[in-house]
Amino acid sequence: MSKILIVDDEPNIVMALDYALQKQGFTVLIARDGQEALDIVKKDIPKVIILDIMMPKVDGFEVLNQLKSNPKTKDIAVLILSAKNKAKDIENGLKAGANEYLAKPFSTKKLIEKIKSYC
Amino acid sequence: MGSLSIILIVLGYLGLLFFIAFWAEKNKRSKLVNSPYVYALSLAVYCSAWTYYGSVGMAARTGVEFLTIYLGPIIAAPLWIVVLKKIIQLSKIYNVSSIADFISLRYGNNRSLGAVVAIICALSIIPYIALQLKALSESFQIISQGSTHSIMGQYLLTDSTFYIALLLAVFCVFYGTITFDASKQKKGIFFSIAFESLVKLIIFIIIGIYTTFYVFDGGNSIITEVSKNFNINKLSTVEGVTGGINWYFTIALSFLAIFLLPRQFQASVVEYSHKKQLKVAIWLFPLYLLLFNIFVIFIAWAGLALFSSTENADYFTLLIPLTYGDYWLAILVFLGGLSAVISMVVVSTLALSTMLSNNLIIPYAYLKKFQRNTSNNNQKTIKNIRRMSIFMLIAIAYFLYAFVNPSVSLFSIGLVSFLLIVQLAPSFFVGMFWNRGSALGAKIGMISGSLIVIYTYLLPFFTSAILANNNFIENGLFGIEMLRPYNLFGVDFLTPSNHSLFWSLAVNLFLYAYFSLVFKGNYRERNYGEVFTNTSKIIDLQEDAYVWKGEAYIADIHKIWVRFLGTHRANRALNIFKRRYKLSEKTKIADARFINFSEKLLTGAVGSASAKILISNVVKEKPVSLVEVLKILEENKEAISINKSLKTQKEQLFKLTEELKQANKSLTQQDKLKDDFLDTVAHELKTPITSIQASSEILKDDADIPDDLKQQFLSNILFDTQRITNLINDILNLEKLASGRESLQLNTENVTEIIHKAVKSFEGIVQKKKISISIDSKPNEVSAEVDSAKLIQVFTNLISNSLKFVEPKHGKIEIKVNSTKDILAIEVLDNGKGLVEADIPYIFDKFYQSNNQTLKKPEGSGFGLAICKQIISLHKGVIEVNKAYTKGASFIIKLPKKQSV
Repeated sequence: MSKILIVDDEPNIVMALDYALQKQGFTVLIARDGQEALDIVKKDIPKVIILDIMMPKVDGFEVLNQLKSNPKTKDIAVLILSAKNKAKDIENGLKAGANEYLAKPFSTKKLIEKIKSYC
Repeated sequence: MGSLSIILIVLGYLGLLFFIAFWAEKNKRSKLVNSPYVYALSLAVYCSAWTYYGSVGMAARTGVEFLTIYLGPIIAAPLWIVVLKKIIQLSKIYNVSSIADFISLRYGNNRSLGAVVAIICALSIIPYIALQLKALSESFQIISQGSTHSIMGQYLLTDSTFYIALLLAVFCVFYGTITFDASKQKKGIFFSIAFESLVKLIIFIIIGIYTTFYVFDGGNSIITEVSKNFNINKLSTVEGVTGGINWYFTIALSFLAIFLLPRQFQASVVEYSHKKQLKVAIWLFPLYLLLFNIFVIFIAWAGLALFSSTENADYFTLLIPLTYGDYWLAILVFLGGLSAVISMVVVSTLALSTMLSNNLIIPYAYLKKFQRNTSNNNQKTIKNIRRMSIFMLIAIAYFLYAFVNPSVSLFSIGLVSFLLIVQLAPSFFVGMFWNRGSALGAKIGMISGSLIVIYTYLLPFFTSAILANNNFIENGLFGIEMLRPYNLFGVDFLTPSNHSLFWSLAVNLFLYAYFSLVFKGNYRERNYGEVFTNTSKIIDLQEDAYVWKGEAYIADIHKIWVRFLGTHRANRALNIFKRRYKLSEKTKIADARFINFSEKLLTGAVGSASAKILISNVVKEKPVSLVEVLKILEENKEAISINKSLKTQKEQLFKLTEELKQANKSLTQQDKLKDDFLDTVAHELKTPITSIQASSEILKDDADIPDDLKQQFLSNILFDTQRITNLINDILNLEKLASGRESLQLNTENVTEIIHKAVKSFEGIVQKKKISISIDSKPNEVSAEVDSAKLIQVFTNLISNSLKFVEPKHGKIEIKVNSTKDILAIEVLDNGKGLVEADIPYIFDKFYQSNNQTLKKPEGSGFGLAICKQIISLHKGVIEVNKAYTKGASFIIKLPKKQSV
């Protein structure tokens, strides 16, 4: 089954997503900030990345830029999942190469459907 | 002591002065040369040999009367603030270079008036210079003979005086004509004058102390000695009413002279360059005169006691040390006297030569030549005229000295000089405050006054002292008793000099006023009358203060400038003028401002009268009526004041615009802050809601979820619900504090205890992260009127912030409490990563997010510091970041101990 990387610094959200995705049969990788996400991607290329924006150390936009500038990782599907959902944020995210920009709070079911469409 | 070695000493001293002047010219921008003390000391050029030798002589002959000559200037010093300031202000604007120029300018650049003033000054000062040479020669003779023998009779060393005089002329020429603009300062000469002032004062005090305390045992022993042979009472008191009146007149005489003597005008007005100079001179100059006079009376009486005669009283200062065999002290005294002579002769000659060249020789002898030729070498000619004048003056003074009866005392010749110079007083002083004073009145007054001085003082002095004939004094002219020179019209209670002063000034003043009132001056005189009497108002008008009508071309006038200033300076002046009045390059017609500017420009070089004539030669001037002059002046004044008020309005408008811009900027900023606030509130709310939603969906949809996980999800939901509650409470709390709806529950509490309570609530996390928290309170108990619950919140917020930023294990948080009488200062500091400098101004704004809006800050609502600030403000205290602390973050809270006003 496909590998999914969850990048978020809110442990409760991560916990819920982790459980729901595993239940669907995905292999789940977890990163608690941007830097951790970039480290994981160096060793293990996931199919889809669920990416938060507001994070300590390295923010979501920076992670996205680095992923897209590296030929090895530029094709990974990226779904941004953020509480920042002003028009400008969405535009920035999509311009930087994200496949979707989803606003928090969200429905877990819908998110899973989106993920499946990229697998 | 042989005369040759004394000549060598004199030459050495002159060499030193040449060197000092040379050094000062080279370093004329240095602090020392421009010191206000140099200016104040150079004013002591007032103390000539007359003071140095003559006042001892006078004190010996007449007692304390000698003091009058110094009381005048001492009284005048405070008045300088008013009068001298005005004189200086006018002189600097119009490039005035001498008192003759000043008076001639006041009466409409009047050529003949300037010449009359110059002649009176010359008549007054040349004998005075001769007197200085006489003092020099006599003191030289005493010192070289090394004896107390009579100095009457032959001049053995006339030649040496002649050579010294010649050297002084060379000194004057060398340093006095460096710039050809006579209104410019002569820093080299005046620095050496200040030096000489110091030398003569110090030496005079030395000889005073020597006489009083070495030769005698203090003042009392001198008085005991002298009263054996002399009537001490007569010498130390003012005698009755007539004595009092005589005192009064002599004081008035010296009071006026301090303004009018050409050398004083040169030192105080022409050499003036900055405000501080007057401030120092006002106290230093009177002090100098006081110091100079402390020992005069003791030296005089000591001389009387020693020599039992007033015959050589003028030279007691030399004779006393010689009698006691202290040659070197006598030579020192001689050098002090030499300093007094040199400074007086040099400055007087300089001032007189400027007057003679700019007010007599150039306007009458050279002006035609200047107008006719188109040579550009006029600067050299003018300098040469001045150089010639200097040599001429010293030569005349020398011959006068050589032929004067040596029995004439220094003091009486000095008085003639004062009497003559005081004749300038009515037109000079009254003219500055009375706009009707006219050139005709000034001339007639001055000339008549001077003639009366000659009749009542100089002529009888001449007949009795030189011709030894008392017939004129005792019987009057043609034997008419009313015309007795010392008792004119029966006035018999005044000393000859005061009698002369009284009649000459009275007649002078009367004629000045009468002719000014009866024959009105022309429009030009009235124009300058207005400028001089309303200095403070009119000075703002600058070139507009001058009314002129006619036709003139800038190019014609510029040609004259070139001939006197050189092409370079002329072009520069033209540029300055055009820039000041914002005229275009193409302007061809000269207006009143340009004419006035041109006259000022040339005044320093050729004197005000010649400047006017030179300019009027190339322009077609139309006469203006008096009424018109006053009208135009009034209009100009109004225009200036309108301009001024427009300028202030413009400035106010500009200020207002700036303020509006600032207000707008701060509104925009606040608007943005509000947006940010809402954004962050939304963000902070969405995060826990997201978690709650995701967890509840799982719980709802998934029946097989294991029990322990189910428990975990449920407690996550509870945690996030609490998070939302806290956030909402914080927002409401802050709004209540900010709106003032929340009031303080004030009690006198121990603040240290409150801090301990706040720290205690962090016990668990502190132990877990191994962070140290210390409280340093001196004294242990600090009580203040506070709301303890709210203050706990402040410390809780600050500590929890610090906890977020310090590293586990190495973290350190310190709280320091300091107390003064009324104020409590508490500092909370940590060794965490500190604050970003750019964020500091906004850190207490609610929900401030630093520019980097996507990098997440450590957890917290973002309201902490805003709440702290509100609480502290309610306590009438302040909280601020201590920027000086760089090892982490530091907050300082200052609280008043009492809340009641």
